[in-house]
Amino acid sequence: MGEAIKIRASLQGDLTEIRFLMPHPMETGQRKDSASGQLVPAHFIQSFSLTANGALLVGGQLNTSISRNPLFSFYARGLKAGDRIAVEWSDTRGDRRRDEVIIAVR
Amino acid sequence: MPPAAKGECDRLRRLLLEATTAGVSAGALLAADLLQPTAVLAADWNRAAFTATTLSEAIRAAGAGGSSDSGSIIIKTVEIAENGAQVPVEVISNIPDSKSMNIFVEKNPMPLAASLTFAAGAQARVRLQLKMAESSRIRVVVRASDGKNYHASREVKVTLGGCGA
Repeated sequence: MGEAIKIRASLQGDLTEIRFLMPHPMETGQRKDSASGQLVPAHFIQSFSLTANGALLVGGQLNTSISRNPLFSFYARGLKAGDRIAVEWSDTRGDRRRDEVIIAVR
Repeated sequence: MPPAAKGECDRLRRLLLEATTAGVSAGALLAADLLQPTAVLAADWNRAAFTATTLSEAIRAAGAGGSSDSGSIIIKTVEIAENGAQVPVEVISNIPDSKSMNIFVEKNPMPLAASLTFAAGAQARVRLQLKMAESSRIRVVVRASDGKNYHASREVKVTLGGCGA
């Protein structure tokens, strides 16, 4: 299931910046383990979605070339305090994780 | 996860597996209302585009070909990256009705890094961090709602490659 996704949504007038961090090793399959000398198998997030109140804002597909513990920022208009922001990912092992936050009243 | 939800998950996974082997697309499952439209589907992952090893092949498989050069796509990044394992990049598309964005690192072993789709309400803008194997151009292809593709690119010099990261 992985560690919790950290999500922060900050209202800046009509514009909301949504930042989230998905803890994940994002193994490329090309890295050698320093102890064993063996290649570490590829293991990375392939898909994620960002939704507001259940409606899709951004959908993404990723490759191994996204840095470890992927950190994204997106921007949306028309959101308000109390709206529910959710992020969900799924990876190459079929693991998935979903977390959400409610936009805080300022 | 409560047992009921886990059971539901397993059922969904079985359905997906069966459907995939039977050649039924995720789209058909969506139509059958078995999946929420917002569910994350690894099955949708564009394998051909992401595993392509040349830029031209990746562009073609991602449907990002035939693009015209655009000054309305802004790529903000560092000129020199000391650590190729984590190169911060921001892309802002000022093209009206930008629907999707494909980000390529031209000289990476697999050039396509990310493929993003923006729905109503979201701005076609992203900040992320890329691994770069060596100095390379970052190329962004934006598709507008009329189906036209636009591109912009930007060179980043990498002192220490991020391939083993």
